[in-house]
Amino acid sequence: MSEATTEPAMGRFLANLREIPKTFRESFVRGGAPTTDRTRSSFVFGNVFLHLHAVRTHRWSLRWSTTAGLGIVSVAAFLITLITGVLLMFYYKPYPDAAYVSIKDIHFVVPTGRFIRNIHRWAANVMVVAVLLHMARVFFTGAYRKPREFNWLVGMGLLVITLGLSFTGYLLPWDQLAYWAITIGANIAQSPQEVTDALKITQYFDPGGMQRLLLLGSSDVGEEALIRFFLLHVMILPLALVALLGVHMWRVRKDGGIARPDDADARLGPPPADTYPVFTEAPQKTYQIATIVKGRTPAVGKGPENTVPSMPHLFYAEMGVAMLTVLVCVALALVSDAPLKELANPNVPENPAKAPWYFLGLQELVAYSAFMGGIGIPSIVLIGLGLIPYLDREKEGTGLWFGGPGGVPLVILSTVYGFGTALALEAFAIRFGWIRQWWPDVPQLVITALNPGTVLTALYAGFSIWAVKKWGSTRAGALALFTCFLCGFILLTIVGEHFRGPNWVFYWSPSEWPGH
Amino acid sequence: MTTMSKSSRLDPEPMPRRDFLGLAAMWAMGASAAFALLGMLRLPRAAVLPAPSKKFKVALPESLADGEPFVPAGRSVALFKDKEGVYAVSTVCTHLGCIVKQSADGFACPCHGSEFNKDGTVKKGPAPKALPWLAVTKDGGAFVVDEGKVVDPGTRLA
Repeated sequence: MSEATTEPAMGRFLANLREIPKTFRESFVRGGAPTTDRTRSSFVFGNVFLHLHAVRTHRWSLRWSTTAGLGIVSVAAFLITLITGVLLMFYYKPYPDAAYVSIKDIHFVVPTGRFIRNIHRWAANVMVVAVLLHMARVFFTGAYRKPREFNWLVGMGLLVITLGLSFTGYLLPWDQLAYWAITIGANIAQSPQEVTDALKITQYFDPGGMQRLLLLGSSDVGEEALIRFFLLHVMILPLALVALLGVHMWRVRKDGGIARPDDADARLGPPPADTYPVFTEAPQKTYQIATIVKGRTPAVGKGPENTVPSMPHLFYAEMGVAMLTVLVCVALALVSDAPLKELANPNVPENPAKAPWYFLGLQELVAYSAFMGGIGIPSIVLIGLGLIPYLDREKEGTGLWFGGPGGVPLVILSTVYGFGTALALEAFAIRFGWIRQWWPDVPQLVITALNPGTVLTALYAGFSIWAVKKWGSTRAGALALFTCFLCGFILLTIVGEHFRGPNWVFYWSPSEWPGH
Repeated sequence: MTTMSKSSRLDPEPMPRRDFLGLAAMWAMGASAAFALLGMLRLPRAAVLPAPSKKFKVALPESLADGEPFVPAGRSVALFKDKEGVYAVSTVCTHLGCIVKQSADGFACPCHGSEFNKDGTVKKGPAPKALPWLAVTKDGGAFVVDEGKVVDPGTRLA
């Protein structure tokens, strides 16, 4: 080889070597830095994750009061649990006894183990709260309406999976809390026997027993049950959640972004003077296109349809919310440890054996009737929620908080009624007992059909029908019903959390509980 | 009787052959997938369920008074002795499976407040039915209780 050919080749080689950072960056982010309208767009649709979003976002969607960022909080909390959960799996062993010891190791031996477990637990709680509030936001702003009906159903699926993930996670430490929560959960799954037994058909038709067997994989709570709950927690439910989450977010975009009222542009007014960028290469001059349209071209000084580029406006906001979520989870993890009770003991239940807080409302209902509280009423609520967007086909108030007939006064009235009736029923049942105490021989079916839970549901349904008639609107009925159930849920949760002690007896304060 | 007109090779087929084959293949695939799935539904229930033996042997203490419950360590069964014989009552609450504890005049459940009389009948709370009585047999000087076998209330081993 001659000098002449080597020299340029080596020169090119060295030049390429020097330029590696630049060429690598260009191969990684195609289209260059997001500084022009074109590159801001390609930044979004050239990225597989970001292109779940639209390239431009309506200014209405970016207001804090529109969404409060609750969807992003939910996703961020989920990602935190995903990362910390994978880390915990390095040490966790899904086998009775070994499970308990491994959690103890994570807590006391593994460096940062306790911190990571705390974050995992707090992020899970933040996720449950955020998902519930997100649903309330979507409901109260009427955002479930056409064309977003189906996405409301997808969201309900995500709610159920979120609760399932939290509950299955509650069981993995295999301590007293876990063991008795599995036992109660599995027996709630079996509770259709309450009805089939009363009808004397359990022998032939036993959906309850089948559900229990499916969950536990055995007649007892043991190793089979733990491995099933583990598999649900780390594999089946997360995969289902990720799949539904992808559909959920993609549909938000395909359904036209966040719901907004028809007159959103008028309500928003012109963008603040310091909004940048709106439309980087906006035409500075307008032209009269007399033969095609009347008036001036609309896109002067503002983006089409009052939008701004998603990069940076939307993404910076989302990043901010995600960072805040991380901050909250870490702060909570630093001040409060995840609980770990004694090793599971199948002969001595925790007293009181309390479910995780978001199920305490149900536990309160279950303490009146296992089937109605654990399966009947939750099913009625889920079916009712799922039907809302198909029954409310109205237009008025979409995109506005408490929008639609009735509005804020109806929501206030429903809050008073929702809390009032739940409080009155609870007080009555706590003070005077219920049917079984008055007539011990009453058939079980009577109690299943008539207990504080079903009476409360009927009172709420009656109130909702009244609202439909009074305002002549399905939306009014939905507002009344949703608000009532939300209040009932909150009240029962507080009663279950604070006012129930050993033997599920009412106490004004946990300090009054008798010692064991 | 009218004579049927003879069909011609050139008449359009009611369903094109390719469509028929394609649909048949699709339905065959769907059917086999459905049957495979049905078979796999048996997976979650093992032929033998892994559970410890439900039978256990127990000797009653000499000092046990008539009508007082005796709960063997590590078991969810209360044994009673009276003039008519020996019987066993399960202490697993019929509501949601917690273990009931002895109270002043019967049993109380710590989880959701059900209360039972000593014979297992429900006194209060959400429990839908009485605590079941379990089969007791004699084995030498001791008794064998089968937690998996429910007998009619009132059945005693004389």
